[in-house]
Amino acid sequence: MADDTGTPRRVEALEAILVEKGYVERTALDAIVEAYEDVGPKNGAKVVARSWVDPAYRERLLVDATSAIAELGFGGRQGEHMVAVENTPEVHHLIVCTLCSCYPWPVLGLPPAWYKSPAYRSRAVIDPRGVLADFGITLAESTRIEVHDSTAEIRYLVVPMRPPGTDGWPEDKLAELVTRDSMIGTGLPVAS
Amino acid sequence: MNGAADLGGMMGFGPVVVEPEGPPFRADWERRAHAMVIAMGAAGHWNIDASRYARESLPPGEYLTSAYYEIWIKALERLLVAHGLVSAHELASQQSLRPGAELRRVLHPDDVRAMLAARRPYERPVEAAARYAVGDRVRTRNMHPTGHTRLPRYARAKTGVIERLHGAHVLPDSNAHGAGEHPEWLYSVRFAATELWGDDADPSLSVSIDAWESYLQAP
Repeated sequence: MADDTGTPRRVEALEAILVEKGYVERTALDAIVEAYEDVGPKNGAKVVARSWVDPAYRERLLVDATSAIAELGFGGRQGEHMVAVENTPEVHHLIVCTLCSCYPWPVLGLPPAWYKSPAYRSRAVIDPRGVLADFGITLAESTRIEVHDSTAEIRYLVVPMRPPGTDGWPEDKLAELVTRDSMIGTGLPVAS
Repeated sequence: MNGAADLGGMMGFGPVVVEPEGPPFRADWERRAHAMVIAMGAAGHWNIDASRYARESLPPGEYLTSAYYEIWIKALERLLVAHGLVSAHELASQQSLRPGAELRRVLHPDDVRAMLAARRPYERPVEAAARYAVGDRVRTRNMHPTGHTRLPRYARAKTGVIERLHGAHVLPDSNAHGAGEHPEWLYSVRFAATELWGDDADPSLSVSIDAWESYLQAP
């Protein structure tokens, strides 16, 4: 499947057709490509780190994530309606889109290949502990798992637990601990 | 529709192949495919729900053996043909054989950043009050429409609890087919895994979906 030679050629041919017909400008495609090279999970990491150091911000994030995230300058396409869900020792959140690949682009960038794969989309809702094992994560049996299947235009951001031993750390140093996967629920912040 | 895209609960795909953080694209054609889908979406001839329907309408065998952005490009080709913008013959011969039609909008390179940053909410005002409140028990409908729907098969005819109320949102089942936005109240509904997957399921697991009001009924 995947990357046989037919597909790159097919894509290239379609681009040539669309350009020749005047439907797209190549430089507009270049600009779209470039725009998404810049967006990545560092945006979400800033949101999480802020929530760890600022209790009032954390509260706003959990009540109205779209506005709280916009306070830090992030928003736009595929992030119009954000909901933040917070991990605790009692409950772990995991995000999936079983029907396609819905993902909060403005805070996490474009989704990794595994997020769009049938292996992840099929199993996250029926065997999340097995999926977490694929990521090398084992949760306590007493921790409940709440899976969120993104079936509408609501986009979810997991707020992972702040690692122990990080008291007094500045916000930017905390943000470095927040991995992409920890904001999807398939990872934990890197150990301090 | 009951298409191959509706993957929740299927088995046999093997373990998740984990990748480290890095660029989301693995090949340049993926970048171009993604950009073309966005640029042609901006032309305004179809909406995001129509795009999703075009993808899930691929024959199941083809859907499951296509790379993800290959699914996107095949769906884009179908939309271009359905809207009379490119002919099947042109796609087969991989060249333009006649002048283009008049597009509603051609995306200008200088407008890309603003377009991607623009917030285009799907929430709409409605007159009717929400029928359900947080904490209410509801049952999802047993429905198998041939058109687009965002109610996954694994969550049909199941009883859950309303967890959040998101406001009224554009209804994909209608919007995908150019039949109007018909906004409805949208809820998060949480189901115990035992309700979805039976008595052997992990009792510490629950799954929530976002469901429009017409997907729901009193239990």
